[in-house]
Amino acid sequence: MRNYLRGALAIYAKDIRLEARTKETISAVLAFAIIIAFIFGFAFDPSPAIVAVVGPGIVWVAYVFTGILGMNRTFALERDRGTLDGLLLAPVSRESVYAGKLVSTATIMLVVEAALFPVFLVLFDLNLFNVWFGLVALAATIGFATVGTLFSAIAAHTRAREVLLPLLFLPIVLPVIIGAVSGTDAAIAGDGWDSVGKWLQFIVAFDAVFLVLSSWAFDFVLEE
Amino acid sequence: MTTHDSNSAPDAQLALEIAGLSKAFGGTPALRDVDLQLGWGEALALFGHNGAGKSTLIRTLVTLVRPDEGTVTIAGFDRVRQAAQVRSMVGYVGHQSLLYDDMTARENLRFYAKLYGIADADRRVERSLAEVGATSFANRRMRVLSNGMVKRVAIARALLHRPRVLLLDEPEAGLDQGGLELLDSVINAVKAGGASVVMSTHSIERGFALADHVLVLDTGRVALAGATADTSVEEVRRAVLGTRQAAS
Repeated sequence: MRNYLRGALAIYAKDIRLEARTKETISAVLAFAIIIAFIFGFAFDPSPAIVAVVGPGIVWVAYVFTGILGMNRTFALERDRGTLDGLLLAPVSRESVYAGKLVSTATIMLVVEAALFPVFLVLFDLNLFNVWFGLVALAATIGFATVGTLFSAIAAHTRAREVLLPLLFLPIVLPVIIGAVSGTDAAIAGDGWDSVGKWLQFIVAFDAVFLVLSSWAFDFVLEE
Repeated sequence: MTTHDSNSAPDAQLALEIAGLSKAFGGTPALRDVDLQLGWGEALALFGHNGAGKSTLIRTLVTLVRPDEGTVTIAGFDRVRQAAQVRSMVGYVGHQSLLYDDMTARENLRFYAKLYGIADADRRVERSLAEVGATSFANRRMRVLSNGMVKRVAIARALLHRPRVLLLDEPEAGLDQGGLELLDSVINAVKAGGASVVMSTHSIERGFALADHVLVLDTGRVALAGATADTSVEEVRRAVLGTRQAAS
């Protein structure tokens, strides 16, 4: 257990330090997310009645597609830099490498998601500064990162990785997207635990199942 | 230079033992029924033309490639069933440095020290940097360093956890004369510390001079194997040239 935590923490700290230094992923992903938000802003009249209906969908379209862009880079950067072998050579379990990458991916996604709060507020008058939405976003992002980290590792070995990741990722995370949109809808409407809670529990259950499955499968993904 | 001795397998008679090792990629054989034994404190030079299987053999030993058939035991640990223990035993210098361009040499080594769970990491990092003559540029990011400097830091990374078996895949690439002399001294120091070295190289003379055993691979098969005391540079050269002509 100590080895597991040690490896995961070292990889997480390294990823965050590199991202803080280069801002390679955050800058690209954030720019993409803002463009998506602006396109929706111009596509229809963002009146309160319309935003109440399509707002949650817009939020999660932006989050999911920026998430895919970010996750594509999780292992692609390691592979392109030639550093992936360095992680795989360490005397820690593959699960530990997976956990470190998962947490760093989720952290970067959460930072981008939080940075988009003011954008949604200005463009759509959509206030996401809400505890229930925060919990839904946290759980859904962990779900995305859980599946995305595994598929990012698979896709990194292929030449068509930009195409392959969404093809693998989207069908699997569809339940999380549905749960996140529905949970966001309830949170924005001001509903409490009774309404948001069931979606939150649904997403957390998905996270738990895929965390176990992805950790187990990760070992088979990276060896040639 | 000392070797890591805190987690070696008990009673491991041999540093490296390979029996019937085979590996294919998409139906193309890369290694075919390779047998090999290497004792502690010994060095093996691996020769062969491009595509002979040298890198695949080394990558299999460091657990980056999964063998299809055969057994590999390193320091008494089974390559498949005890991969994490094997990884703690081996140091690897490959074609790529495995270092992060946007981190300094020192930061890279500190990261790997954490990953390997090395106690007293700062002192070990400084010692490894000093051993390869990299202290003067340790605070510079990797992306601004020359190939030779990067290779020195890569060697320091491989030595950081004091491996019992050091595996070098064409380590001379990018090294100047000073770097080559440093590499020779590192290999000799590792051997003197009781650890073993496997090195693939195209330089037959250098490899032969540094090694106790030689192995020539030909399209994944062992074409020549023996102790340097029982063979000659000329014999190795003939074996390598023979396999290259056969390959072309």
